[in-house]
Order: sequence, then C-alpha cells, then structure tokens
Amino acid sequence: MSRRWPAFAINGALAGLAVVALFPLLWMLSVSFMQHGEASTYPPPLLPSRPTLANYRELFERAGMGRHLLNSAIVATLTTLVSLAFNLAAGYAFAKLRYAGRERVFQALLGALLIPAQVGMIPLFLIMKWLGLVNSYGGVVVPALASVFGIYLVRQYARSIPDDLLEAARIDGAGELRIFASIVLPLLKPIVVTLAIFTFLASWNDFMWPLIVLGDQAWQTAPVALAALSREHVQDNELMMAGSVVTLVPVLALFFVLQRHYIEGLLLGSVKG
Amino acid sequence: MNERRAAWLFTLPALVVIGLFFFVPVLAAFVLSLTDFDLYALADLGNLRFVGLGNYIDVLRAPLFWKSLGNTLYFVGVGVPLSIAASLGAALLLDSRLARWKGVFRTALFAPVVTTVVAVAVIWRYLLHTRYGLINYLLAKAGIAPIDWLGDPHWSMPAIILFAVWKNFGYNMVILLAALQAVPAELREAARIDGANALQQFRHVTLPLLRPALLLVAIITVAGYFQLFAEPYVMTRGDPLQSTVSVLYYMYEEGFEWWSLGRATAIAFLLFALILVVTRVLVRIGKRGGYA
Repeated sequence: MSRRWPAFAINGALAGLAVVALFPLLWMLSVSFMQHGEASTYPPPLLPSRPTLANYRELFERAGMGRHLLNSAIVATLTTLVSLAFNLAAGYAFAKLRYAGRERVFQALLGALLIPAQVGMIPLFLIMKWLGLVNSYGGVVVPALASVFGIYLVRQYARSIPDDLLEAARIDGAGELRIFASIVLPLLKPIVVTLAIFTFLASWNDFMWPLIVLGDQAWQTAPVALAALSREHVQDNELMMAGSVVTLVPVLALFFVLQRHYIEGLLLGSVKG
Repeated sequence: MNERRAAWLFTLPALVVIGLFFFVPVLAAFVLSLTDFDLYALADLGNLRFVGLGNYIDVLRAPLFWKSLGNTLYFVGVGVPLSIAASLGAALLLDSRLARWKGVFRTALFAPVVTTVVAVAVIWRYLLHTRYGLINYLLAKAGIAPIDWLGDPHWSMPAIILFAVWKNFGYNMVILLAALQAVPAELREAARIDGANALQQFRHVTLPLLRPALLLVAIITVAGYFQLFAEPYVMTRGDPLQSTVSVLYYMYEEGFEWWSLGRATAIAFLLFALILVVTRVLVRIGKRGGYA
C-alpha cells in the first residue's frame, strides 16, 4: 500500500496535466460541430446536442477559408523545399569544406540569432514593397529561404560525417557536387526529416510577418485570416472553433506522425544555446 | 571544382538570402530609426527627413510606450518563472521511475507547443468567456464568483499569462527532461544511501546539475516572452484600458496602423536593447551562481 501510493500520485498528476493540455483542443473539436448559438449557453455544453457541419460550410463558403488554407499550404511547402536545399548545402559546407574565413562567417551568422526578427521587419517590409512582393506568396517565402537555425542544425549533424569518406571519394575522382548528392545527402537523411517538419510547422504557424506583408485578403494565410475573422465574429464561437480546427489539424497531424524527429531537432538545436 | 570553390558555391545561396533579408534590414533599421519615415515618405522619398535621436526621444516621452513596457515586463516577470516551474514539474514527473506510458504523456503535454498561436488563442478566448466560459464554470463549482478575465484590466494580463504557460511549458519540459535523464542515477542513489530524502536529493544533487539547462531555458523563454504579440492581438486587441498592449503590439500599431515607420523602428531597437541587457544579466547570474 505505501509503495503503491507514490506511483498512483505521479501517474495521476501526469494524467491531470495531459487533460489540461489536451482538453481545450478536444473541446474545440466538439464545439465546432454545435448548432449556431449552442456554445453560448450556461452551463457550457460538452458535446453537441445535434452535430452539424454548418459551421464548416459557412467557413468555406462564406469566409473563404479554403483559399486561406491553400495559401498556407503553398507558402509552407515552398518555404520548406527551397530552404531545405539552401540550409543543407550551407550547413554541410560549414561543417566539412575547408576554406579561409569559414569560422568567421559562421560566427557572424550565429550572431544573428541574438537579434529578434522584429528589428529588421520594417525595412524588410519596404524592401518587399520595392521588389513588388507585398501581397504575394513571395513576400512570405523569399525572406525565409534560408535560416541560421537550419544551417546550425545541419552543421551540428554533418560534423559526424568522417573526413576519410569524403577524401576517398575525391581520390576516386568524384566532384564536390556528386559527393554531396550521392554520399552526404543519404547520411543526412534523419536531419532532413527533422528540419523539414520544423520549417513546415514554423512557416504554417507564423503570424506577425504574414500579417504585415499580406494585407490583401486573397493572399492571407490561415492564421492571419483566422485572426481577422475572430476580431469580426467575436460572438460566433461555433464558427471560430471550426476555423481553429481546420488551422490546427494539419500541424497536429504532422506532429503526431513525426514527433520523434521534431523533439530530436529541438534538443539538437538547443544543446549549444 | 576544388573544395574552396565548392564551399562558396554551397554557402552562397543561403548567405545571400540571410544577408539581403536579415542583415541588410537590420542595418537599414538603424538608419530608418533616425528618420521621420511615414506615409508621406512612403509616397515620395523626397519627404524623408533626418531627425537624429528624435524618434527615440518621442517614444521615451510617450506614456503608451511606458505602459506597454510595464505590461511586457509584467508578462515576462510573472510568465517566465511560472512557465519554467510548470516545465520543471512536468519534467520531474516524466523522469520518475514510477511514471508509466511516458511516451504518451510526453506527446500529450508537448502538443500545445506545436499548435498555431492564433488558433489556440481563439479557443482560450472562449474558455475564458465571462458568462459561458468553462474556466468560470469550474470556478463557480468551487464557489468562486465569475471573473471578467479579458474585460477587467486587473485580470487581462494574468489570463494571457495562463494561456502562455499552457501553450509553452512543453517546450522547456522536453529540454529539462533530457537534462534530468543525463543526471547519473548513481549520484542520487548515493545521496539516498547517505540518508537524503527525496526533497534533499532534488535540492542538493539534481538541481545543481540542472543549472546549465535551467539557464538555457530561462534565456530562451525570456527572449521569446519579450516578443509578446499574437496573444493580445487576438484575445484582447491590447485592451481593456491598454492593459495588454505589449511593446511589439505598440510597435505594430505605430508602424502599420499609423505608418510612423521611423518611430516604430526605434521602438523595435529599444526592445532589442532591453532583451540584450536582460539576457546578459541572466547569464551573469547563472555563471556567478555556478561557482558559489
């Protein structure tokens, strides 16, 4: 009895925390199927009395959420694909290819991690305006095509590639591009998955910069559109919950499938600090 | 192609992107903060004037800047310790030998971290609703009168802090859990044999070894919490009585509602300076404590 009690307390506390963490998400799902106005009653209903898809219909037909989800998907996919190529190449070069000034350039890059993105946000907006990229996918994608964090992550991982392996390939006459494509990339596969999911989620969830650069409704990503919708429809809880569901489902699904890679990346990225 | 040429070829695309879209804007921001860049300058650069430190002086004289600074410091000062305490508590529970289904629990507790701030802020606005919200319903069960969470200036910031702790504690939990798992079991075992109880083992064995991880977590969280923006944007619009206007929210309004871009950039620089100073102080404290 006295030995069982601590185990019961610890697992009970963990279960309690899990309920706190997940309940808001489950309730969101439940309310999104409720009849109009049903959520604005007391006591708060847990389950819909007569489940309906009306909120989702309104969301897609009247609020144009389909377009915004498509915008988010395009922006996040483009950002992920291109930045992956750029960050992988740069991270590998910083880890394995020797040239004068390499360490100094890398240190300068790391210095950028200290500067909050918002410092340069207003000039960046003016640059985007000048390039004609405001209110276009490019406005969000182009500045995110490479990231110091991504390069750092790849470099950390690529350092474990043995130099002998690369030397042997060079002696066999393989060019640097071939070595990268056929020897290095396969070895980097785990970090590719990690970085891909990190980038995709960060891009999908990003809010402040898309809010600034995508003023035109047609181009807005899902979070920006949802924020605008929530400021208009303060009272319409069922519609807002449906909006949250469609915004969250892609990221949560991706996380649940690839969570091991995500958490590994988080740990790898924060070891140095 | 030799190694040096290849290295430049491989790094060039990333360096160009980061240079053009990060370093250039940051440098330009400093120049911009010394000008009166506004809607007129946006239409015709001929209207641009150099104003020296004028923007900084204006901002430091604006009551709303000090209000926003106070709000942000409140959020950081209360929110960061609470978040880290929650993370540490959860990490300790997960690290326990007695805990079961660790993987499942870890995933569940981490899930809020990967969610979109805007979407979960919308959920929490509903949970915190004065009349229909679940939180007031639970409080009523405990005999506590309903709280106007997002409408009362005394409760608006605590409500946002509560939300932020829920959203973020899983992140630091994972880092602290990894640090806990690196604590050698023999050390705690030795302390136990020497007669230390669970609390003493934690204070004298685990906590000192956790110091570097705690410092790292504190710095990441402080820097992140100073950048409070989406939460008040969605949940309160900075209200009631500007009690949730953060420094970044103030910057956003100055820049993109009023188009005082020079002034907004000055606000961004002041925030940056503040973050640098506070994180430096944290590093100092962390290092000094380490030798004590």
